[in-house]
Amino acid sequence: MSEETSTDLGDLIEDSEPEAETSDVAPEPEPDPGVAVTINGRVHSARPGQLVIDACADAGAFVPHFCYHPRMSPVGMCRQCLVEVDGPRGPMMVVSCMTPVAEGQVVNTATPSVKRAQEGVLELLLANHPLDCPVCDKGGECPLQDQAFSHGPGESRYLEEKRHYEKPIPISDLVYLDRERCILCDRCTRFADEVAGDKLIHFISRGNDTQVMTFPDEPFASYFSGNTVQICPVGALTAKPYRFKARPWDLEQVESTCTTCSVGCRTVIQSSRDELLRYQGVDSEPVNWGWLCDRGRFGFESANSDQRLAVPLIQTDAGLEATSWSAAMSTATELFTEALNRSGPSGIAILGGARGTNEDAFAWARLADRLGVTRRDPQLADGLAAQILNRPRATIAEAAHAKTVILLGPDLKEELPVLFLRIRDAAEKRRSRILEFSPMETGMTRYAWRSERYEPGFAATAVRSSLADPEIASQIAAGDVVVVVGRQNLAESDAVTLAALDAIIAAAPAAKVLPVLRRGNVMGALQMGLAPRSAESEASQILHAAADGHIDLLVLLGADPLADCPDAELARRALAGARRVISVDTFLTSSTAHADLVLPAAAYGEKAGTTTNLEGRITPVTAKVTVHGTARPDWMVAVDLAARLDQDLGFNDLAGITAEIAATVEGCEELEALSAGRATGTGRDGILVSVVVPEISRASTEVTERISYDYRLVVSRKLYDNATNTQMAPSLAPLAPGPCITVNPMDLTRIGAEEGTQVKVIGARSATVLTLAASTAVPRGLAWVPFNQPGGAISEVIDLDTTVTDVRIERL
Amino acid sequence: MTDTPAYHVPGMVPTGPKLITGRFDQVDGFTYEGYVNTGGYTALRRALTEMTPAQVHDEVRTSEMQGRGGAGFPAGTKWGFLPAGVFPRYLVINGDESEPGTYKDRLLMERDPHQLIEGVLIAAYAIGAAQAFLYVRGEMALAQERLVLALKDAYANNLVGRNILGTDFSVDITLTWGAGAYIVGEETALIESLEGERGMPRLKPPYFPAAKGLYMQPTIVNNVETLANVPWIINHGGQEFHDIGAPTSTGMRIFAVSGHVNSPGVFEVPNGVTTFRMLFEAPEYCGGIRNGSSVKAFIPGGASAMWFFPEHLDMALDKPTVDQAGSMLGSGAIVVMDETTDMVAACWRIVRFFSRESCGKCTPCREGTTWLERILKRILDGHGRPEDLDTLLEVCESISPGIAWPPRQTTICPLGPSAVSPIASAVRKFRHEFEHYVQFGRPIEGVHQHAIHGSVAHV
Repeated sequence: MSEETSTDLGDLIEDSEPEAETSDVAPEPEPDPGVAVTINGRVHSARPGQLVIDACADAGAFVPHFCYHPRMSPVGMCRQCLVEVDGPRGPMMVVSCMTPVAEGQVVNTATPSVKRAQEGVLELLLANHPLDCPVCDKGGECPLQDQAFSHGPGESRYLEEKRHYEKPIPISDLVYLDRERCILCDRCTRFADEVAGDKLIHFISRGNDTQVMTFPDEPFASYFSGNTVQICPVGALTAKPYRFKARPWDLEQVESTCTTCSVGCRTVIQSSRDELLRYQGVDSEPVNWGWLCDRGRFGFESANSDQRLAVPLIQTDAGLEATSWSAAMSTATELFTEALNRSGPSGIAILGGARGTNEDAFAWARLADRLGVTRRDPQLADGLAAQILNRPRATIAEAAHAKTVILLGPDLKEELPVLFLRIRDAAEKRRSRILEFSPMETGMTRYAWRSERYEPGFAATAVRSSLADPEIASQIAAGDVVVVVGRQNLAESDAVTLAALDAIIAAAPAAKVLPVLRRGNVMGALQMGLAPRSAESEASQILHAAADGHIDLLVLLGADPLADCPDAELARRALAGARRVISVDTFLTSSTAHADLVLPAAAYGEKAGTTTNLEGRITPVTAKVTVHGTARPDWMVAVDLAARLDQDLGFNDLAGITAEIAATVEGCEELEALSAGRATGTGRDGILVSVVVPEISRASTEVTERISYDYRLVVSRKLYDNATNTQMAPSLAPLAPGPCITVNPMDLTRIGAEEGTQVKVIGARSATVLTLAASTAVPRGLAWVPFNQPGGAISEVIDLDTTVTDVRIERL
Repeated sequence: MTDTPAYHVPGMVPTGPKLITGRFDQVDGFTYEGYVNTGGYTALRRALTEMTPAQVHDEVRTSEMQGRGGAGFPAGTKWGFLPAGVFPRYLVINGDESEPGTYKDRLLMERDPHQLIEGVLIAAYAIGAAQAFLYVRGEMALAQERLVLALKDAYANNLVGRNILGTDFSVDITLTWGAGAYIVGEETALIESLEGERGMPRLKPPYFPAAKGLYMQPTIVNNVETLANVPWIINHGGQEFHDIGAPTSTGMRIFAVSGHVNSPGVFEVPNGVTTFRMLFEAPEYCGGIRNGSSVKAFIPGGASAMWFFPEHLDMALDKPTVDQAGSMLGSGAIVVMDETTDMVAACWRIVRFFSRESCGKCTPCREGTTWLERILKRILDGHGRPEDLDTLLEVCESISPGIAWPPRQTTICPLGPSAVSPIASAVRKFRHEFEHYVQFGRPIEGVHQHAIHGSVAHV
């Protein structure tokens, strides 16, 4: 083809304005001089660098569009957003999604020629569209449908045969693709490439045969695939968990915050006939930018599970049997009284509380205070010591705009996926340099400026030697450093990570810290008073005390130590050694099976309150459906118990708790207003609260050198694992990759076994059998095992009392 | 058309020196020895040793050579668009010649690859590029082979690479083969393809290659024929080039004529002064219309151009003149259709080409060209409806508002509007042929669908 057939290159170059960067969001609002643009005859002040399409929307002139999405770079592909802009040679038709505003620009969005062009494009978009709206999930909330009504020609003259493809084909375990409905807007493919970094779907073929497709035999296995369904402007992409479940006009929705992990993405919860049916991401500027991970998005399935606990259960000779709430609460009261009488408050311990709302945690913390119970920990020795909260705290936005982001934490892609998106974006847009310290490759490694390896146990040493590198030193010295710190390795003491953090802070005293503890509301639980008060009240010590018979009553607030404590043997001994166990949970878990009393808890979506994300941002969560069976929110159990134990908590309902939090917790003064606004979805950005928790001093740890025959274990979480809420969601459960032990390919010969064979993993205390895998992501001498995978028991070989875990790997 | 006009006597048709096709008849013209023995690489030596880059640029500017890729934009002016002081900058040579009926660049690459390489080197020197990419259409096997051999010899003789001819000028040339997409001839799509992406055009602005081209660096994209002229300009001076042809269209220019002429082929003719009639009928060129028939219509500049009719035959092959008449010389591909041509079928074949070659990025082109093609096919198959003609023009209107020339477009690149040209031309001029098809399901008397073979059949 000719290189240029119609446009006059020279003129256009002279006319073109210097291009403005449009995709970056400035960290702080800069003084806004405003660009005066005339839109449909009225002067409007636009942001410098803003796109015409956004300026028009601000000015109240909606421009129809399909491919444009404010969180992705514009491509100008659908051509629907054509408007007229006056140029030196009269009005010119331009795509408003790729044209930046300019001083004195005259834009018209509704002239006859614009209308003709927009109608023409819409007619062409509909030419091959099957118009199967009556059986399409998107019908009723479909941008194509809506804009065909508002900006379309009304009828089609297309008489020819439409494109035909096999109707929907699964492109992953969660997403179906209907290529007939697809209008090739490039949104999903751009999302996969630009936002998620999983370039697994792309266009194939050309022209009229163009279609979105995966690579052969390689599914769209992205942790973020659900977002493509949400941003699809037609019904081409549908999600398996929602397909044919409801029509949009039958859905009711409220805004809430996802509590699957601690990022705290804003969502809307949609239900019909009192059943949770769909979560959609809401664009929250400081947090999730509209994105959700698939685990958060499709987690609602577990709330609908018929295996949910509906009634209280009591342990009898014949096992757990159903009982009434009044009988259960009487029993609970007896168990508390008995424990207090036997050995006082020190015989009672509360584990968990990180799965509930701030109000739940506050009520239980207040009850514990009143009873004098100090043994309490919302974590299960699988996070970091709570005093990490006392460091100068960074927000997600600060991390995503810092000059240097130091990652000293878990694989963000696996544990806090949307935080991964934000940090990845910072790296991809060249805002931030990422300095990663990790024992092995993570999902972030390919975006990192430098990724430093260390052997478990020696993080601080690695940090010190890296920071001595002149290039890294000068990068750190430039200031604006945020350290993202979390538990990297469950087979390694958290003291190692904290020592490495100290080494970083020593080199960059002004650095802020973003603590990435992963459980949904762990920050809320810690800040609302469930943080351990002393060394003996930390989870590991509680479990030891229980194992040694010093705990009369162990209360599990949504905690499953058998599954979540890195040391399964200790957890098992603790549950056996505790005289009595009360479990408040949504499902029967391996731990609740040992309980004397099981109280059914209300799940997410069934209870109102607030939650706190990893930055300390408090946002409202909303009740959308009625509770399952007779389940109750945790706070209600605490209030009821307090009344029965003759304790005055100072509140007896949710509003009272909120008022009490506002009155007593520093920084929460506006909590009542925030909670009151929840029904209308205001307060999307919430309030930032930073509460100081008790400092606990711990004995320093010793690390031994690895014997060369051994492999040092790295145990970390995958997004999908044996967690109850994942396993109870039918769509998510099969996605858990399963247990295996991964070593460097060069170590295979040393083991003498091939990939895929079963090997014996022998620790100091016990052994387990796992499938062997090999990957260069794991350095030589290390072995990586995903934690808590169905059918795997790596926690059997981890000993909480040792700093690192070395194992031998032997052929069976 | 049986009478031969007086000016068809040999010598009466304007001729000129063979600037770039001189070695076409030379058996070893494509070899290094054959090129050097006929004065090859003297221009490069002269440019590097006697001239500054600015002087080279000035010569090309003086020549006022219009780019031969299609837009006809003066090459010297284009080079001047590079922002000062921004490096690295790249030179990209567009050898993805795929316009139906165009085969001049292929011959230039097959028969005189060294001439192109020399032009590339001089251009790179003039614009300050240290890396050039020569993108050759995937289907041109012989051109690829000969370019590889030529480049190898050029490297071996220190004409490409580090410190060329002992000077401190260094440039590397990378050869890249296309994968069979017409759209990659569009310069921004070619850049995308070079970067390893799908060949889809970028929006201009902001992605003007001179400012944000290959790898977002300043890039000059030149056509093969354009650069093949550069050695001659350096050897003989820009003014001498300017003196050939017409002041509005300087130099000699290659036209590739195909269709219903007696001897189709590639002809280097004085630019701006030769007329279409001379080209079609002079014995030294095409030698008349086949079977003594007469011209019914012809495409003056590639399949995307508006068609011309017998009344345009005496128009000179001059860019401004042709532009003013509502078409373009484009890449110099002239397709001649004689009286037996079925205009509906011809129109359909061209539209089918564009619908197949649409990259699929912009809705109007992706959906519109296919729709047009299907309507035309349905008419050809005898199932036309009276409203089809209006629909055809309405769909054209959605792709190219106003159906004017030069076309306005709702798309990023001109491929979509290209499919509009044949319809606009044929439906307006030969509406009765379409209506005859709609009414009777067959062509008018005297034309045959198969008559387009040898004309636009290869489209």
